[in-house]
Amino acid sequence: MTNPNDSRPPGVRLRAGRAWLLGDDIDTDLLAPGKWMKHPIEIVAAHCLEDVFPEFAKQVRPGDIVVAGERFGIGSSREQAAEALRFLGVQAVLAASYGGIFFRNALNLGLPALTFNQQADIQDGDLITIDPATGAGFNESRGITLQADPLPDFLIDMLKDGGLIPHLEQRFANQH
Amino acid sequence: MNSPMTNCIATGSGPRPTTLTQKIIARAAGRHSVSPGEIVMVKVDLAMMHDSGGPRRVKPLLERLNTRVWDPDRVVVITDHYVPAYDTETQQIQTLTHKWVKEQGINAFYDQQGICHVVLPERGHLHPGMLVVGGDSHSPTGGAFGAYMFGIGATEMAGVLATGETWLQVPETLLIEWQGALTPGVSAKDMMLYVCAKLGMNGAAYQAVQYAGEAVRALSMQERMTLANMTAELGGQAGLIEPAATTAAWLKSAGADIDDFSAWHTDPGAPLMGHHRLNANDLTPQVAAPHSPANAAPVGDYGPESIDVAYIGACTGAKLADLRMAARILKGQRIASNTQLLIAPASVQDQQQAAAEGTLGALLEAEARLLSNSCGICAGYGADRLPEDAVCISSTARNFRGRMGAASSRVFLASPYTVAASAIAGHITDPRPYLPEYRD
Repeated sequence: MTNPNDSRPPGVRLRAGRAWLLGDDIDTDLLAPGKWMKHPIEIVAAHCLEDVFPEFAKQVRPGDIVVAGERFGIGSSREQAAEALRFLGVQAVLAASYGGIFFRNALNLGLPALTFNQQADIQDGDLITIDPATGAGFNESRGITLQADPLPDFLIDMLKDGGLIPHLEQRFANQH
Repeated sequence: MNSPMTNCIATGSGPRPTTLTQKIIARAAGRHSVSPGEIVMVKVDLAMMHDSGGPRRVKPLLERLNTRVWDPDRVVVITDHYVPAYDTETQQIQTLTHKWVKEQGINAFYDQQGICHVVLPERGHLHPGMLVVGGDSHSPTGGAFGAYMFGIGATEMAGVLATGETWLQVPETLLIEWQGALTPGVSAKDMMLYVCAKLGMNGAAYQAVQYAGEAVRALSMQERMTLANMTAELGGQAGLIEPAATTAAWLKSAGADIDDFSAWHTDPGAPLMGHHRLNANDLTPQVAAPHSPANAAPVGDYGPESIDVAYIGACTGAKLADLRMAARILKGQRIASNTQLLIAPASVQDQQQAAAEGTLGALLEAEARLLSNSCGICAGYGADRLPEDAVCISSTARNFRGRMGAASSRVFLASPYTVAASAIAGHITDPRPYLPEYRD
């Protein structure tokens, strides 16, 4: 099944990822547990969500998509919460609402985080696509069109560069 | 001279009323005015970092950008998460922090002086009207001084350090107005737990919160900091209080130059996203059950839940004002045999003052155990963490599952008064019967 909302030319089709349904109130202490925070990201990521979804860090595969409910990433400013997801290969986060700092962190790290309210159209493990540039997506397992809120243009530009640091690298390069 | 007022008269209308938040952001954006919802670039007046999200994280990013901090005089570094170092990793973090601060020429470095949100204003770095970023989620604490201060992660901090600026979507303002007066044994912490339950976590939807009303104006500076601090739990980007005489007196004692800050206020009729009018007279001590600050309810709603650990700690709950509240309850008392009382004063300066005036003595005589001036158990980063199945009552801000220790531990949040009283009783209890005001 192909995504009717994907207007890109054939060959650069969006990559479908497995959906992980995580529910409401996934806070940063769960995503990046405090006792591992002194370690490098590979160790923090290995313990991502261990108190609530012990199988997540072991079973998540590159390209998978996190689908959450309200208040995803509330709490701390520790950006390892978003970085752990990126390290594990999560392609994008779709949530009904976010902790504000997590939202900024995710985009700064080049991890698309989109506001999304069709949680009822996705079951755990469904194959879904999402285009971070438009918010258009598709549930390939169920044939349902998905639409997340689009991001402001300047954030899309930053995401396309791969996040804030590569974005600044380009800006600094253009100044010389 | 062509004053702005002349223009207003000429056009037949006064200047549009704006919020304190709009005024600060407009100034930082180099604009006459900004409107809620607009995305603007702002110049950062001050950037604060601690040892966890600071040097160890931003150093490799600045190296990648082949640049240094844009202005070392606008950067403050404070160690509070991994102090004192307790193993090889945490020692390495401290060594890196010291070395980097020196390399970058940052003079405002406070090593093991206490928790960043308390040390920053204590050393006179915060002034009304400033736009400040902090590498920690409780950065809204700075709003108590009429600054727009918000928390950011390390990548964004690296961007600020490289360029001196960042972006903001101009927030709306949620006005929380407390009329009346708090009764004895009820504190700023109770006000915030009550508001968390009323509005919910993220009830402020990453907008700005402003605290106002006579009960707020009556609060001491450190109690105002508790209000602004827990804006993080409401999900606000910043939490502000208009500067006034209390602010001026504090700034003077902290050695800060006092500018004229009469400009930093919200105009009557400014656009608000909401306005909650609450009555401080009616507020009772609040306790938030595990695992959310939004689970707050009056202390009387709780049964005698047995307590293993009573914790007075963190930027939220272990400032001098908080230690004094605990001491009022604990003076001449002993904690229950089933409970340990742990106290981690929020700064060295606050601890010294507490020692000099007898506050600390009252706590220690009640058999409290003193911990280091750091984030300690609240952050859950250190050597001290809650063991399996522990039940804790804490003066801190956040009781998420597993934050302060084992996933099986349970944390109740309350004011320093209620934590102290519960330590004496060995179970959750109302602090008011322990106060002389209620004994007569």
